[in-house]
Amino acid sequence: MTVHVRIPTPLRRLTNGERVVEASGADLAEAIADLDRRFPGIRSKILDDRGEVLRFVNIFVNERDIRFLSGLATPLTEGAEIAIIPAMAGG
Amino acid sequence: MAVAGLVCRECGQHYPAEALYVCEQCFGPLEVQYTHDDLTGPALRAQITRGPASIWRYQEFLPAARVPEWDLAPGFTPLLRADRLGQVLGLRHLYLKNDTRNPTWSFKDRVVAVALAAARQFGFGVLSCASTGNLANAVAAHAAKAGLRAIVFIPMGLERAKVLTTTVYRPTVVEVEGTYDDVNRLCLEIGEEHHWAIANVNLRPYYSEGAKTLAFEVAEQLGWQAPDRVVVPVGSGNMFVKIHKGFEEFQALGLIPPKSVRMTAAQAEGCGPIATAYRNNSETVTPVIPHTVAKSLAIGSPADGGYVLDLARRTGGTVESVTDEETVEAIRLLAETEGLFTEPAGGVTVGVLKKLAAAGAIAPDEVTVAYITGIGLKALEAVEHEIPAAITISPTLASFEERVLARV
Repeated sequence: MTVHVRIPTPLRRLTNGERVVEASGADLAEAIADLDRRFPGIRSKILDDRGEVLRFVNIFVNERDIRFLSGLATPLTEGAEIAIIPAMAGG
Repeated sequence: MAVAGLVCRECGQHYPAEALYVCEQCFGPLEVQYTHDDLTGPALRAQITRGPASIWRYQEFLPAARVPEWDLAPGFTPLLRADRLGQVLGLRHLYLKNDTRNPTWSFKDRVVAVALAAARQFGFGVLSCASTGNLANAVAAHAAKAGLRAIVFIPMGLERAKVLTTTVYRPTVVEVEGTYDDVNRLCLEIGEEHHWAIANVNLRPYYSEGAKTLAFEVAEQLGWQAPDRVVVPVGSGNMFVKIHKGFEEFQALGLIPPKSVRMTAAQAEGCGPIATAYRNNSETVTPVIPHTVAKSLAIGSPADGGYVLDLARRTGGTVESVTDEETVEAIRLLAETEGLFTEPAGGVTVGVLKKLAAAGAIAPDEVTVAYITGIGLKALEAVEHEIPAAITISPTLASFEERVLARV
């Protein structure tokens, strides 16, 4: 599956300034692995050593928080929108 | 104190004092760092007491300078002894911080005033926010006073009065089809692409410092000492964390004697991910889809949740939650015993206070301060079906005696 990944400002250094990039994979973990092949180093900015999503990173697939889906095992459909967003809230 | 820069709370990376909010290394939240000058103890205390009756008396501890012509004078709200409520709960030294007494009737005026001052410093022309209601009120009013454009984002289904009391200041109000967490995510994305001052996004390091004044005032109003315990309503957890920081800063500069304040967090059961993690001895806060009458606390994915857990555990406090029913009951109890009408967040606070007191988790002699941070008038829906109707009579003495005197 080819998906679109929205890159937050702090990571755009790694994507040559691109704000939306493509990646492919059947699930989110695969897409992140593919992303890291295209933009080396990006994986370690999103996941920790154990392969878990960092505490201050939230990932959304089609605008839904992956913690309400299947986490990194969330399956991806063709053209899915992935957003990587700093965890921050407070109204 | 002067602003030295920003520092990542997680990894300690330093940044200049700009409109930055997230660490480029680890995505951790950035906080303002200060340099301490010579003014401490009695001299600093004297300077504060000479200051205005607003949050700006604590200018030394705030990261942006007051703009006199933009000032709505938030803060310095009353700290009230709550003897009647205390009697019901079995607490002998109970106080209420009545923060409904702010320009837009909630504590959000404190944080927005600081965000606005920072927006001026950075030269932003648009003030924005993601809000559960109170923040939108404060942003709209402050932007009006400053003559800035305001664009506020709120979730669908807020209390009618919260929308009206925002709209009256003529901001652009954007209702997003989704929960607060959806609104928040959208605003983070907007902040990435547009050069706006989003109070609780790119101005967050400055904005959130305003909440420290909730601790400063309580310490000053208690005669320059910290209470034994505070009970604080928790949505995102930001205010909770900053109240703790406020007490710590006052101690560090010798304004109050050292003491570990028991940090007690109050959540709504219908949106209590931090309370759940606390009960489960977990360090991870698992997000929830909110469903609670306390809409101002309806943040299902609280970014500061981990810090709240840590502080509650470290200080001998706790994190507790109450149901909607207990919340509404507590709103009425507070109104009937103390003459103070709170929004549901304050009902959650008083409900948790009651629950902990009944369980013996708060000792009767503890000096306890409960923060009432928003007014009941903005959330009439919560109580309108619970309170008795007025007695209708005809304008005659006979009618009065028959229908009224017979009943009271």
